[in-house]
Amino acid sequence: MYSQKSLNTDEIHHKHMLDRSEIPALFSSCLPKACIFTSIEKLRPYECDAYTAYRSLPLAVLLPETKQQVIDIVKTCQKYQLPIVTRGAGTGLSGGAHPIENGILLNLSKLNQIYEINHELQYARVGPGVRNLAISEAASTYDLYYAPDPSSQIACTIGGNIAENSGGVHCLKYGLTVHNILEITFVNIDGEVITVGSECYENPGYDLLALLTGSEGMLAIMIQAKVKLLPKPANKEVILAAFNRIEDAGEAVANIIASGVIPAGLEMMDQAVIQATENFCQAGYPTDAAAILLCELDGFDEALQWEIQQVTQQCNQCHATSVRKANNAQEQELFWKGRKSAFPAIGQLAPDYLCMDGTIPRQHLAHVLGEISNISERIGLPVANVFHAGDGNLHPLIMYDANNAGELDKAEEIGSQILELCVSVGGTITGEHGVGIEKLNQMCVQFNSQELIQFEQVKLAFDPERLFNPGKAIPTLQRCAEFGAMHVHAGELPFKDIPRF
Amino acid sequence: MQTNLPKELLATTTGERADEILRKCVHCGFCNATCPTHQVTGDELDGPRGRIYLIKEMLEGNITTSATLDHLDQCLTCLNCETTCPSGVNYGELVEIGREHIEAKNIQNKITHIKRQLICATFPYPKRFKPLYSIASLLGLAPKRKSIVAIKTATYSKKVILLDGCVQSVTNPEINHALKTLLDQCSIQAISVKAAHCCGAIHHHNGAPEKALAIIKNNIDLWWPHIENGCEAIIMTASGCGLTVKDYARILKHDKEYAQKAQRISQLTQDACEFFASFKFIKNNATYKSVAFHPPCTLQHGQRINNVVEKLLASAGFECVDFTDKHLCCGSAGTYSLLQPALATQLKTNKIYQIMQAKPDVIATANIGCLIHLQKDSSIPVKHWLELVDIQIS
Ligand SMILES: Cc1cc2nc3c(=O)[nH]c(=O)nc-3n(C[C@H](O)[C@H](O)[C@H](O)COP(=O)(O)OP(=O)(O)OC[C@H]3O[C@@H](n4cnc5c(N)ncnc54)[C@H](O)[C@@H]3O)c2cc1C
Ligand code: SF4
Ligand code: SF4
Repeated sequence: MYSQKSLNTDEIHHKHMLDRSEIPALFSSCLPKACIFTSIEKLRPYECDAYTAYRSLPLAVLLPETKQQVIDIVKTCQKYQLPIVTRGAGTGLSGGAHPIENGILLNLSKLNQIYEINHELQYARVGPGVRNLAISEAASTYDLYYAPDPSSQIACTIGGNIAENSGGVHCLKYGLTVHNILEITFVNIDGEVITVGSECYENPGYDLLALLTGSEGMLAIMIQAKVKLLPKPANKEVILAAFNRIEDAGEAVANIIASGVIPAGLEMMDQAVIQATENFCQAGYPTDAAAILLCELDGFDEALQWEIQQVTQQCNQCHATSVRKANNAQEQELFWKGRKSAFPAIGQLAPDYLCMDGTIPRQHLAHVLGEISNISERIGLPVANVFHAGDGNLHPLIMYDANNAGELDKAEEIGSQILELCVSVGGTITGEHGVGIEKLNQMCVQFNSQELIQFEQVKLAFDPERLFNPGKAIPTLQRCAEFGAMHVHAGELPFKDIPRF
Repeated sequence: MQTNLPKELLATTTGERADEILRKCVHCGFCNATCPTHQVTGDELDGPRGRIYLIKEMLEGNITTSATLDHLDQCLTCLNCETTCPSGVNYGELVEIGREHIEAKNIQNKITHIKRQLICATFPYPKRFKPLYSIASLLGLAPKRKSIVAIKTATYSKKVILLDGCVQSVTNPEINHALKTLLDQCSIQAISVKAAHCCGAIHHHNGAPEKALAIIKNNIDLWWPHIENGCEAIIMTASGCGLTVKDYARILKHDKEYAQKAQRISQLTQDACEFFASFKFIKNNATYKSVAFHPPCTLQHGQRINNVVEKLLASAGFECVDFTDKHLCCGSAGTYSLLQPALATQLKTNKIYQIMQAKPDVIATANIGCLIHLQKDSSIPVKHWLELVDIQIS
């Protein structure tokens, strides 16, 4: 029953001839036996992350408890040419932590120490396995918090966040992960420990910090990060607006931003999502609405009052059927809890879903929404919609049943068409979930072969033997040719002398 | 999530149910974050998502060994994962099916198996357990029993049933005594049917489902005449027992003879805090000012009752202090602390540490298991919240 599509072996280049049974002995000097798993029974639950459409068994799972163990593991892997896939909490939606059959899966969830909360310089120094939310919880003693808040923040790790350059509800105002990291310490493929960035906001030389952020585990393994902490805003309000037409909600989004307000968060959910999340946490969403907007505003009272007025007015002008503020902090939290559980809540409606992650210029929202519903109808699977509306990041959730033959293919076809639609209106194929194995084909649509070759050169500069998460994020030109998106002149590949990676 | 259970299994009620639950899981990993054992070991296999996967693999017919058993045994059945899961996965039911399935495959841990048999042979029977407990307290291994002067219950028109509780009636009879006193003050007659002393949970969770069923049916038979006579509610002072009795309806769903009665019994069952939610309490014991309420998992995750006891305590004039990680299990988890002492002790140490950060004078809880477990290592008293309050009838 295991799908073969995930990665083809040419894309991985594993050179070793090691057998699973030889693994424990190789690593016995690196970490305790109990932290090395090689029995198939124990490997299965690691065969995928939150992108479950494809599954592969790694050679072994390693669960290090210290940074030194990570270093020793990398050195051993290099010596034996074993590919390494790093894994945080395994909540990734694009298969970034999808195991490689001939490689090691390195689970960093035990490196979950918060080493330091510096409230004067406003940063936290943490291990890679620290959960996103745990940072804000620890910082709250000082009325500080870590701003980027992916919906999965309860579970996902800072290592995963950095590797994916994750976004969240509050990124519209406070920036993505990359804007909130001061320093990264990583292990390179030679097992050396290197720190980039500093406590200063500007550093000389190339911005390696930015390069590593979003590198999907393909350049190095992060073992420590210093992240920015922000003071909690003086005041905040969360507004819930309901609409009878999803296009009206889309227009309200564009108008709110155009009015000069920068909301701390501006999110949109359609009816299917409203219903499912309401079932889970009774947030008080109007379940008869076609769409709702959640808009958080924060800051000092005078400005806040003006902003509330603006947002209310814009929503009303776009025919909102109701606009109301959360009554208190608990209700604010509940409004967000509903939004943040949107993806898994879809599990109530269908056994499986594919979560898309396209980004479009905001003004195309209404048009793209209409098109998505056409595609959904044409191919014949339902699609629910949640967005980080403020920054035009769409998350259409394509519902399917993996137990029904052919439905995954249909779901992927819908996904593919949606992403190509995003590119066609000037958008991108990923806003925050990364490429992983999921969007390899769409990379061929977004980038031309020269660009892809440049990406690969960057990888090789860090990892010439292609041991870190090989085969992810950058498609081979071969794959692109097969996908049919590359211009093949008279049956000949361009740059035919360049090795096919 | 995709499943591939064999046809023969899918044709059974449990197989069909397991498939339905498995397919609801979308593998998002949210539940791992609130799972106490995953927090300790960091291993996917010690979190709900991994356990669900192990159960899926087993039911699909893949190789299953004692490794799967170990990870299922290490699960506290605290149900924190259920309240975290936005998709509504009934983990508790699934793990029960998983445990029965692996038992049927004859995969067992000998030591755990023997411990379980000993537990099942003693704890649920006060007559056997009492002498053992007396010896333990003589040896200084357990606190001394308080002597309780039985209260004479008057006859009132309003009646409720109480469950004495197998362990609780031996170790802490003062809890039900407090409840009876309160009920008496409200002119409610407490009926405890002596022969119904155990809810069945111990057998149910320790690999003796047949015996559990017999106990459950016996309880129903013993309570039924009182219910027909107009008893209004069955009130539980141990949230663990309360959860089990509320679950009778599901357990006996397919039993032609008992299904309806079980459903009625489950409907009538209330935790003491639900029953008293609208009552006005006063402070009973002036020695304590501030109290930390540790909500048992069977109350907060199992019965999904939150902030009710805290409100009652606050309205009675206690300063009810909050503490970090209140949602986590203390490690007691029924008989878990006896079967998995290492993890249980670690969780208890964490729990007491977090509670003590808030500097309370006393710890209150709502389940006998947590009370005994925490008491062993706590430097401040641990009490049932009912012992801390009195009722003022206005
Ligand atoms: C329900 C749900 C909601 C989500 N919502 C959002 C959202 O709002 N915004 C958003 O951006 N994402 C979201 N995600 C996606 C996902 O949670 C993020 O991508 C997250 O950052 C992944 O973190 P993780 O710890 O689970 O990493 P994993 O999934 O384990 O790994 C992700 C990638 O990071 C790499 N990696 C992990 N740790 C390290 C390290 N220490 N060093 C080097 N590489 C590493 C892995 O190799 C992999 O490529 C959501 C996912 C789910 C299931
Ligand atoms: S939270 Fe629910 S859907 Fe998500 S992995 Fe856990 S059980 Fe599955
Ligand atoms: S019941 Fe508790 S211990 Fe078991 S998997 Fe769920 S959260 Fe973890």
